[in-house]
Amino acid sequence: MVKNSFSMTMFSRSANEGFARAVVSAFASQLDPTLEEISDIKTAVSEAVTNCIVHAYDSGVGKIYITAELIDDNVMKIKIRDKGRGIENVQRAMEPLYTTVGGERAGLGFAVMMSFMDSVKVRSTVGKGTSIIMIKKINRRFSING
Amino acid sequence: MVEINVTGEVVTAYLSGELDHHTAKVMREMIDNAIELNMPSLLVLDFTGVSFMDSSGIGLVMGRYRNLQKLGAVLHISGTSPNIYKVMKLAGIEKLAKLEGRQ
Repeated sequence: MVKNSFSMTMFSRSANEGFARAVVSAFASQLDPTLEEISDIKTAVSEAVTNCIVHAYDSGVGKIYITAELIDDNVMKIKIRDKGRGIENVQRAMEPLYTTVGGERAGLGFAVMMSFMDSVKVRSTVGKGTSIIMIKKINRRFSING
Repeated sequence: MVEINVTGEVVTAYLSGELDHHTAKVMREMIDNAIELNMPSLLVLDFTGVSFMDSSGIGLVMGRYRNLQKLGAVLHISGTSPNIYKVMKLAGIEKLAKLEGRQ
């Protein structure tokens, strides 16, 4: 059951990378996650948002749509979506070290998301945009039985 | 933010703040300037002051590693928090550089 949720829209400006991960991690804190879990969520959100900024709108600025849901007592679902150019070959884009921009980008964004989250789903349509849905299970530090 | 310290042939870059795609550009330019100016035999990237890093930090490390290779110089990474260490390990950085966590 969805117990809480929020949505926000922001411009695909790099200054918003830190803002987006701060907002999502602050929202996640309701589930009482460990420092490591919070850091995993922050890092995965940062990767997904950076992908939108670097790839989705080429050199222009578009919008990034972020939704997060707290499900039951221990699951966080995060959706990060753009209406940019889309990914032609999703499977290849998700391969570690694969990058279309080269240079200073390591090509590890999806590898980090998949390693740090429990599930990552990517849906993309060329010319329409990309959405990434990530799930993180939280092992609560304190039991709420008592 | 980056602070540079030069001792003999060793350049140490003390990184601080959050390291992401937004902040990486300025950091790598400052480090590259120091490499060009001092031609070190060893570059130490000290992450003690870095509170957050995503894969943009891996791009920064790999790019500096390539620049150092041209000089025949080596790279050490120190002061990584458990989370930064985790990202470094995922990328296999320990194959390119000596990698140390926070003491």
